[in-house]
Amino acid sequence: MSSVAVSNKKGFGAVFWDYLTTVDHKKLGVMYLLAGTLFFAIAGFEALLMRIQLMVPNNDFVSAGLFNQLLTMHGTTMLFLAATPLLFGFMNAVVPLQIGARDVAFPFLNSLGFWLFFLGAVFLHLSFFLGGAPDAGWTSYASLSLYSPGHGIDFYVLGLQISGAGTLISGINFIVTIITMRAPGMTFMRMPLFTWTTLITSALIMFAFPPLTVGLFFMLVDRMFEANFFDHTMGGNTIIWEHLFWIFGHPEVYILVLPAFGLFSEIIPVFARKRLFGYSSMVFATILIGFLGFMVWAHHMFTTGLGPTANAIFAVATMAIAVPTGMKVFNWILTIWGGSIKVTVPMLWALGFIPSFVAGGVTGVMQATAPLDYQLHDSYFIVAHFHYVIVGGIVTAIFGSMHFYWPIMFNRALGEKLGVLTFWTFFIGFHLTFFLQHFLGLMGMPRRVFTYQANQGWDLFNFISSIGAILMAIGVILLVLNILISIKSKPLNCRDYWEDGRSLEWAIKTPVPFYNFKQTPLVRGFDPYWLEKHEGNKEGMTYAEPLSDIHMPNNSILPLIMSIGMFIAAFGALYHPDGVSWSIPVIIIGLGITVASMITRSVKDDLGFHVHVEEVIATEEQLYGKGGNK
Amino acid sequence: MEETKFTPQTWPDRAEQATQEGKNKLVGIWIFICSDITLFASVFATYLSLRNKGPAGMEFSTQNLFELPLAFVMTMLLLTSSLTSVYAMYHMKNHNFKGVQLWMSITVLLGLGFLALEIYEFNHYVHIGFGYTQSAFSSAFFTLVGTHGLHVVIGLVWIVCLIVRNAKRGLNLYNAPKYYAASIFWHFIDVVWVFIFTVVYLMGVLG
Repeated sequence: MSSVAVSNKKGFGAVFWDYLTTVDHKKLGVMYLLAGTLFFAIAGFEALLMRIQLMVPNNDFVSAGLFNQLLTMHGTTMLFLAATPLLFGFMNAVVPLQIGARDVAFPFLNSLGFWLFFLGAVFLHLSFFLGGAPDAGWTSYASLSLYSPGHGIDFYVLGLQISGAGTLISGINFIVTIITMRAPGMTFMRMPLFTWTTLITSALIMFAFPPLTVGLFFMLVDRMFEANFFDHTMGGNTIIWEHLFWIFGHPEVYILVLPAFGLFSEIIPVFARKRLFGYSSMVFATILIGFLGFMVWAHHMFTTGLGPTANAIFAVATMAIAVPTGMKVFNWILTIWGGSIKVTVPMLWALGFIPSFVAGGVTGVMQATAPLDYQLHDSYFIVAHFHYVIVGGIVTAIFGSMHFYWPIMFNRALGEKLGVLTFWTFFIGFHLTFFLQHFLGLMGMPRRVFTYQANQGWDLFNFISSIGAILMAIGVILLVLNILISIKSKPLNCRDYWEDGRSLEWAIKTPVPFYNFKQTPLVRGFDPYWLEKHEGNKEGMTYAEPLSDIHMPNNSILPLIMSIGMFIAAFGALYHPDGVSWSIPVIIIGLGITVASMITRSVKDDLGFHVHVEEVIATEEQLYGKGGNK
Repeated sequence: MEETKFTPQTWPDRAEQATQEGKNKLVGIWIFICSDITLFASVFATYLSLRNKGPAGMEFSTQNLFELPLAFVMTMLLLTSSLTSVYAMYHMKNHNFKGVQLWMSITVLLGLGFLALEIYEFNHYVHIGFGYTQSAFSSAFFTLVGTHGLHVVIGLVWIVCLIVRNAKRGLNLYNAPKYYAASIFWHFIDVVWVFIFTVVYLMGVLG
């Protein structure tokens, strides 16, 4: 088994099979990153089409119906299928290294989580070719979506159900990994902040995704199997969907932004060359944001009519979130303060992030004021707000971290000059696009409209906004170009690419062998690698165990087969309301495939395999040259 | 991997946690149960808000639909099955594999009894016109109780798989955490039923 790592020349088929069956967190991280980039590009393209449509008044570039599909798919794809997998990519690639583990707690489930997410995403996107995409907005309010003709909403419900299950599985996996797999000495209060935010994010996933599952299930049976959860003539209530969706939907925002906070908390200390300021308060703030994130969902429903008492409670809780978030912002600033700063590309993204995100946060507090929200609701002000938070907070984190972690993930570096150009193009484009949308909103332009009349004072701002969107697109193209160039570039074969790495992931030489650290490291304090470096340890780390056999999990194709079973079953459910005779059999066959592979998995012993000491030494020599192993 | 044959003397305390994989499995099942609690909480909340809601003039209500004696028998079956799974874990502690298999099998039988009564109950409701699509109330009722029933089915399939797969293998450190996790899951199903009995049946008939 372990000869896989030693033999380096493999045919395309073997490599492809290896990626289909892999349970290695590093490969899954790369796969998440690729899939996330693909969907990011698709959703970005959809946004571009919308901005072209809105560039001038009374435009007919796309039809009203297609515009609805575009805005729905843009939102859904960006949140579920682009931002989430991109962040999962970094979590997979980095977290096990940061805690000094060989792999995640459940490598098999890690792979299952990826394939469920990916096939769910593919299923959702097939809607474009099979009669039209969902068109009721990413929130898909039941009063609207229940009566949407065609299969668009069915694709939304089934695709998100499958990919949501994948996300939930991955979330549980990360929680267990971080609780049980930490290296000796890696106490909770020595964990790097990205590991902390991954833990809290996963906890949010664990509590937030089941309500979505339930909501989607209600929608599914209402639309496809004639149930009556949302049909008021049969006693149903559409507000149930709003509650379930936002009980999931609001924590989802924190699910995405907390890892972004964590990534910046890794980037900033490295390039300020200073310990993270206020580590314990950062941890505390992360937990508090996670907790409060569940207390505020009804601030999306101020205008639903829940009454002044409910609105007041949720308004206050929402404003309270600004406190831990503010703590974080001040901690980042104070980390930079007095540091010996290197302005690299990741640091540039971090410096751009702080003011952009604060702007998004401040408009958030404005909307938390319920009476004001009655004015702002469903206007472009909201669009501007959440794009400031999501692009200014999450996308900057993803782009910055791509540069930051590229050496660990791919053993290549992304170009610095092109990176700076990407940053400025994207950053200027971003503010150009969304800053003016605040004012469009205040002037009364509603969101989700496919066109508008001329001479209402909206023309110029919309035009500038669209120009900004094109700049952002150029920025993304430059980034992709940078990635393509990096594939051709020379492998780095180095340790600590940025020279000031602090946590464990920088202590390992690239390319990272499939078993990670050859010996489990001993963590002697916060920022363990920095500590060892400054005590003059040439080995990189102090180790907790002698060089011995390494136990690794087996690859498996079953996760893919299970996911394909769900994929097939979803088609059966989708066409059920059309009255076709094959719908129920297809559901049964699909679920049968899934259940059969689960039973196969359960009945077979899967004990993994051992990499013997000689093979470890041989692998290290092959990767780093003779005598060069650490 | 070389198999170690254990005797009651060499069998470790807390065998289910003796390996890293075992520890992972146990933390994992608890975390999964946390998320499952949220799932049930959402369905319970929906049921409570849609209880007795239906098209104008609907004659079905919790009062004239539910029968406490049947629900009581079902409760007793499931609670007892939880007890028998504890016996199985007790025998696992003493490395008495026959005891584990026996009590797990009894757990399965009790679970099947529960399931049979639930199917009878559902069938009865459908028969008198209270089908899944009849009203918001019926959709919410069947979804809540049915989700629990689905958990029972999954738990039964899981335990049967364990009994069959390990019949020839005997008890070892690889399958001990599997039994333990299945038993935790079974207790969880039991606890959810206690809530269903209270919220759906007791509150339905009495309140």
